Amino acid sequence: MFRWTRRSVMAASVALAATFAAPALQANAESVLRVIPHADLKNLDPIWTTAYISRNHGYLIYDTLFAMNEKFEPQPQMVDTYEVSDDKKTWTFKLRDGLKFHDGADVTSEDVIASLKRWGARDGMGQQLMGVMEEMTAVDASTFQFKLKEPYGLVLESIGKISSNVPFIMPKRVAETDPFKQIEDYTGSGPFVFVKEEWVPGSKVVYKKFADYKPRSEEPNAASGGKIAKVDRVEWTYFPDQTTAMNALINGEVDFFEQPANDLMPLLEANDGLTVEINDPLGNIGFARFNHLLPPFDKAEIRRAAIMAMKQEDYMTGAVGDQKFWKTCYSVYPCGTPLENDKGSEVMATGDIEKAKAALEAAGYDGTPVVIMQPTDIPLLSSFSLITAEKLRNTGFKVEVQAMDWSTLTSRRAKRDPVADGGWNMFHTWWIGADVIDPMAIAFSGNPDKGWFGWASDEELEAARKAFANATSAEEKKAAAEKVQERLSAIGASGHLGQFFVPVAYRKNVKGLIKSPVQFFWNMSVE
Amino acid sequence: MLAYIFKRILATVPVMGVVALFVFLMLRLSPGDPAAVIAGDYATAEDIARIRENLGLNEPIVVQFTKWLGQLLQGDLGISIFTNLPVTTLIAQRLEPTLLLTLTTIVFTVAVAIPLGTLAAWKQGSLIDRGVMLFSVAGFSIPVFVLGYILIYVLSIQLKLLPVQGYKSPFTDGLWPFLRHITLPTITLSVIYIALIARMTRASVMEVLQEDYVRTARAKGQSEFKVLMKHAVRNAAVPIVTVIGLGIALLIGGVVVTESVYNIPGLGRLVLDAVLKRDYPIIQGLILLFSFIYILINLLIDLAYTVFDPRIRY
Repeated sequence: MFRWTRRSVMAASVALAATFAAPALQANAESVLRVIPHADLKNLDPIWTTAYISRNHGYLIYDTLFAMNEKFEPQPQMVDTYEVSDDKKTWTFKLRDGLKFHDGADVTSEDVIASLKRWGARDGMGQQLMGVMEEMTAVDASTFQFKLKEPYGLVLESIGKISSNVPFIMPKRVAETDPFKQIEDYTGSGPFVFVKEEWVPGSKVVYKKFADYKPRSEEPNAASGGKIAKVDRVEWTYFPDQTTAMNALINGEVDFFEQPANDLMPLLEANDGLTVEINDPLGNIGFARFNHLLPPFDKAEIRRAAIMAMKQEDYMTGAVGDQKFWKTCYSVYPCGTPLENDKGSEVMATGDIEKAKAALEAAGYDGTPVVIMQPTDIPLLSSFSLITAEKLRNTGFKVEVQAMDWSTLTSRRAKRDPVADGGWNMFHTWWIGADVIDPMAIAFSGNPDKGWFGWASDEELEAARKAFANATSAEEKKAAAEKVQERLSAIGASGHLGQFFVPVAYRKNVKGLIKSPVQFFWNMSVE
Repeated sequence: MLAYIFKRILATVPVMGVVALFVFLMLRLSPGDPAAVIAGDYATAEDIARIRENLGLNEPIVVQFTKWLGQLLQGDLGISIFTNLPVTTLIAQRLEPTLLLTLTTIVFTVAVAIPLGTLAAWKQGSLIDRGVMLFSVAGFSIPVFVLGYILIYVLSIQLKLLPVQGYKSPFTDGLWPFLRHITLPTITLSVIYIALIARMTRASVMEVLQEDYVRTARAKGQSEFKVLMKHAVRNAAVPIVTVIGLGIALLIGGVVVTESVYNIPGLGRLVLDAVLKRDYPIIQGLILLFSFIYILINLLIDLAYTVFDPRIRY
């Protein structure tokens, strides 16, 4: 008969522990960068969606022809050399040698052209470029040519744009997918390979290093330069709860937290094992958007009166908090960028209820209620909505705040119907600075048919935007950008609520972070 | 008995049909449009319309419903609008964490709550009884996320005993990592159920302890342990089993807060994310699944009654 002795108990314990621990003790020599991304990666097609998280995913697995440096100058990336004809209508590009897709196939001119066509069908800048494009042709396997109908000043800026939708290069067979349908093949030519088998939507995304990627020799500089994968795997784990994400970072279960909430900053900054810093020099710009089609905001004078009530300090203090993470900015282009200027900025810099009241009275406001859509599931925008409501009431507007979730808001803002039939008067949002660095941003459109929700209409504004697109010198571009800002101010296109920054937090053993408006994961290592 | 089970299973078909219709209509009539969510800030009205067309959302509701029903009859729950993955794949990815969290929670709850409730009934009015009642009130009162954060702070951040978050599968990652990761969520989730089942057990056992047959058992000289276990607890089991069964059904679909606090990729989070994004196929598929589980568990509860109470026959 078996008897429990001290020895048998110890032996059984050791065996049990070994059994339980066996998988955990397996040697794992791979270096892994464990990241908490800013959102859950729900779809994998960065052309089909403008979601920033899909864009970041795109940067890991795809490459681009050109890429922006920190001065927002497009630099060759997949392109080796390029030439422009004297009449500036023919552009010839040659791809770098040795570019390969993850399936081993060479990247060819045919892939490039198919990718640009798909991107050009969805992206605003892409549509404008395709509008002046006579034809795109493959000269040979690594050389392709653009023939334009007229000289265009934003060719490189377009194919090197840094934010959504980024013109990523895909294999031709993938790029031939209907631009309004999602791709199902995730073969790219970027520094990392997407591991589909390990993707758990809503939870985890895994990328592994692409051994055959051929980086450029230059130092990384924003999106441009050498993209060197310094870890074997990048793992994104999405955390729906910010406090848990912070605890996981503090406990060493993850290495990098892309967008911690501002109210966690004191705890993160107090931890000696962590670095907290602003990595995106442009930050984000808060917007209050009017519906230009419906009263009372169908009159520029009334929109301008509302803008005069919007004091940026109040929005930033109320919704963002600590002044380390925001600043006032009275330029429609982010402060600190080449096109920042003060033309027509006096309206947005007013921030005075009494002056707004006087302007509203002069504009002949008839008491039509203002319906503000308040997305309660996005705290920042919810706060913006309530602050605006209070300011407009104080100015003399009748205001109705309608609470809803962001999904409801996104579908309702697309409606041009009167308020009684499901329309709206105002909503709030933010743009990342990189998306509004120049007049081509859809947020600055004056074309009610092709423009942003709210449908501003101004021919002078559109003419100034076109002048910017066609300008070929920096001086011409600057002048056109200033004219655009003047017109945006004159028509009271949107309220600008301030420039705010979301820092990143990471463990001190993480090195090689690249300063940029977009979070990149090449060049980063875990020591 | 078999005929009864067969009839009950057959009866689930019309119930599921009604649920399917109700869910489908509710989603289509509620505000929000997945095409607008997908299209994002840069979209024009034409872009949104084209996405809607590609997703089949511009078709009449009757046509959409008929297509979905046709897929359902073939065991196909559809394709997620956002992830482009089959809903069955998404559910399969999330089922294991939720089922195992439910299982560990129920096992832990039963192991703690029934002895506590029985003890409180047996020692009615004593300090033990009052202690159990105090715990029950506290267990009901403390929000799950508060308890979760407290446990994480003490056991993970300060004492470094357990991980803060995540889920490890016992099948692929090993039993020990699984136990380390599931312990805190299990305790957090169990507290409210322990409170509920301990109170229910106490009340039921107290009632049974007043019965004549308990007095007779004691008069025959049976030990208190036997009186409690053989006569009291068994006869008090029917309402307790009902509450445990409903608890299982609630846990499978309703642990979203715990899943969020501990970052467990389970079904609760899947349904919440889908609702926020208006991913219709996922919501429809999950609600059907939850309904089926509810019906199945109710059937199992009814069958369990026959084990604990031989007077019940079907």
